[in-house]
Amino acid sequence: MNKIKKYKFLFEELVSRDFKEKYKRTVLGMAWSVLSPLLNLLVLVLVFTKLLGRNTPHYTIYIFCGTLIMAYFRESTRGGMRSLMANRSIINKINIPKYLFLLSNNVSSLINFSLTLCVFFVLCLADGIQFGWQFLMLPYAIVCLVMFNVGIGLILSACFVFFKDTSYLYDILLTLINYLSAIFYRIDSFSPNVQRLFLMNPLYCFIKYFRVIVIEGNIPSVQFHLLLLFYSLLSLAIGLLIYKKYNHKFLYYM
Amino acid sequence: MSNSLSAVNCNDVSIRYITGDFKDIGFKEYLMRKLTGNYHVTEFWADKNISFSLEEGDMLGIIGSNGAGKSTLLKAISGVMIPTRGTITTKGNIAALLELTAGFDGELTVRENTYLRGAMLGYTRDFMNDMYESIIEFAELEKFQDRPFKQLSSGMKSRLAFSIACLVNPDILILDEVLSVGDGAFRKKSGDKMKEILSGGVTGILVSHSTQQVRELCNKVLWLDHGNQVCFTDEVDLYLNAYEDFLINKKLPASYEDVQMMSERYLQKVELEREEKRAKQVAKLEKMIENEHVDVVDAAVNIIRKNRPELLKENA
Repeated sequence: MNKIKKYKFLFEELVSRDFKEKYKRTVLGMAWSVLSPLLNLLVLVLVFTKLLGRNTPHYTIYIFCGTLIMAYFRESTRGGMRSLMANRSIINKINIPKYLFLLSNNVSSLINFSLTLCVFFVLCLADGIQFGWQFLMLPYAIVCLVMFNVGIGLILSACFVFFKDTSYLYDILLTLINYLSAIFYRIDSFSPNVQRLFLMNPLYCFIKYFRVIVIEGNIPSVQFHLLLLFYSLLSLAIGLLIYKKYNHKFLYYM
Repeated sequence: MSNSLSAVNCNDVSIRYITGDFKDIGFKEYLMRKLTGNYHVTEFWADKNISFSLEEGDMLGIIGSNGAGKSTLLKAISGVMIPTRGTITTKGNIAALLELTAGFDGELTVRENTYLRGAMLGYTRDFMNDMYESIIEFAELEKFQDRPFKQLSSGMKSRLAFSIACLVNPDILILDEVLSVGDGAFRKKSGDKMKEILSGGVTGILVSHSTQQVRELCNKVLWLDHGNQVCFTDEVDLYLNAYEDFLINKKLPASYEDVQMMSERYLQKVELEREEKRAKQVAKLEKMIENEHVDVVDAAVNIIRKNRPELLKENA
């Protein structure tokens, strides 16, 4: 607790730095971070509505659930991956916990996510989606997703310190995950066994959770809640373990 | 523990450092080299069995040629690195200036950077609010407060870094080659500030290649050579003389007698040089009188004007 208090000021300053850097202090910069996922969504809707979306209710929202979560995951983990190396001149000279850089990066992606989330709700309203009590469960998924992203960020940032081509490999992996997460297609046409395989993709599970609540108007099962929690705790645990084991060695590689 | 009162206590510290092919190579390259047996990592001891302790108000000068392990030791003291063996205990807040402008962000303004740096050094927002004005004033950057940091000249950047580190009243101040910042006027100001801080009970550690600076500021000296501790002593002048001799003759002292001998030799050399210079001037003077038939007094004044102009000003 004492530590948190000690580094509170630094953390605030780091978040504000990352935020300013991201938007370059322009209103347009902020608008762009909302506009960019919208444009992305537009492209997907235009391309796939005729192809796959004929019998999917609220197809735009269906896609948006996917892009919303994917975009947050991508930004948060990519930024997290680079956060240690980007601050190496500081880490090399001043003794402050390195994870602060990762966390502050995650906070600024979270802010971005929240902005997009607002747009998401506006679009839901426009698409005639009924807002019910089940929406109150969304924060559960978001909290899990934040933990999941921090964990993946911890893992990636360590890999990136040791191997600089992690970023290229990760970009390829991201593309793969993007196609495997059922962002613009439905999985009911697959056999039940294949459908179960999708549950092994944490990103798909997060997207599915959103869709069940927003589009179907239901609350997912208890098991599904536990699955999300399991993924986020697993990712966080592996991330922390790697960080704890290797963070003293980072210095030699920076 | 008898040492628990000292501000910095370094107990038999050894630090192993690794260098080699591992930096900046990708996973692919790593695999290739591992498979072909081309992957080399060398370990070496950057510091071996270093022991010293500093009391409050001490100023330690760390001397030694390049690769002596000075910076690595500083990293260990500031807590960035963990010693492979031995322990380091420090008491109080450490402000490390291992490299002045590291950690500043070019996109942020001077004001924002000041707060960010203050936060990194472990201070609270309230404290920085109180100190901000005087930091900017000392750095002479009043007109640049809201300019992006990248627009400052390198001198201004170092001035700001120095001001922050000094004015935030650290308990332990670590300085690595930083007193040589800014122009002559600021250098004087920063030197004075340093002395003022040190007299206020701050414990300081200074790495410098300027023996003059160490003589002026430090009351203790740690001499390192290739990671080995040559000495830790408070006989600053004696050991610095010996160090100067070492820089010329490249031979380390083996005993205290050696040190005294080296110091003697250095002093003789300085004396000799001074003598030579004097002789040269005398010769010059004589030549002038012979060739130009000027008055002896005029010639002497000319020489003084050239070598020690301040003497003339005082008299006038």
